Amino acid sequence: MAFEFDTEGVKKTFTFLNRKAPYGTIYALEVLETVLITAAFEQHANIVFIDDGVYQIKKGQDTKAVNMKNFLPTYGIIEMEKDDADEDEDIDMVWRIIVEKESMEARGLTEDDFKVGVEVLSSAELAEVLDQSDVVIGG
Amino acid sequence: MAYEVGGQTIEADEEGYILNINEWNKDLAAIVAKEEGVEMTDEHWEVVNFLREYYDEYQIAPAIRVLVKALKKTMGPDKGNNKYLYELFPYGPAKQACKIAGLPKPTGCV
Repeated sequence: MAFEFDTEGVKKTFTFLNRKAPYGTIYALEVLETVLITAAFEQHANIVFIDDGVYQIKKGQDTKAVNMKNFLPTYGIIEMEKDDADEDEDIDMVWRIIVEKESMEARGLTEDDFKVGVEVLSSAELAEVLDQSDVVIGG
Repeated sequence: MAYEVGGQTIEADEEGYILNINEWNKDLAAIVAKEEGVEMTDEHWEVVNFLREYYDEYQIAPAIRVLVKALKKTMGPDKGNNKYLYELFPYGPAKQACKIAGLPKPTGCV
């Protein structure tokens, strides 16, 4: 049996909720890979860092002791794709990189601690973003 | 398997992707290209150099879409397309060009 998908011209807004610290589980890396696939299909995306997820984009990570590849540099692609979409009129894709204010402040972090440029939104503002999303993917 | 380059042994996996990206050099690239049946021109080097720079910055290989766009910028619209990439690397730009560039084997759709 063959599956057929009629996806031509389909455009949705995906919100990715990154909630876990970068290492120790596979969630962060898996969500990151899914975000990059979203770019390939030119979909709108909100990439949100909340709870311990804010640590995923914190500068200055050293993963030697846990013997895992440091994939902090890979988050740079999200910023690159966002800037590219913002500048290129032929690309119909709106991306936002969002950090939840309460999570950031509870961990003593500021915008300057992050590897990529972010929008800082309060929990209430973030609720609106979620409300306007077609698909929410947690990780 | 392994490659012999100027008296140096460079370890690779069974498909020919080198294990340590830092051991890469241009002589090695030429050897890998020859085994792949690819004759390296300036355009091939353009792709290989882009892959290496991208990997160095982001720690993964670029999506083919990103590679095509970058080539369009540096080499012009007639060369920045999938067809042209396949002319350069007939057995798949991701697979062959990454191998020549010393990057790990691409996973999935990149």
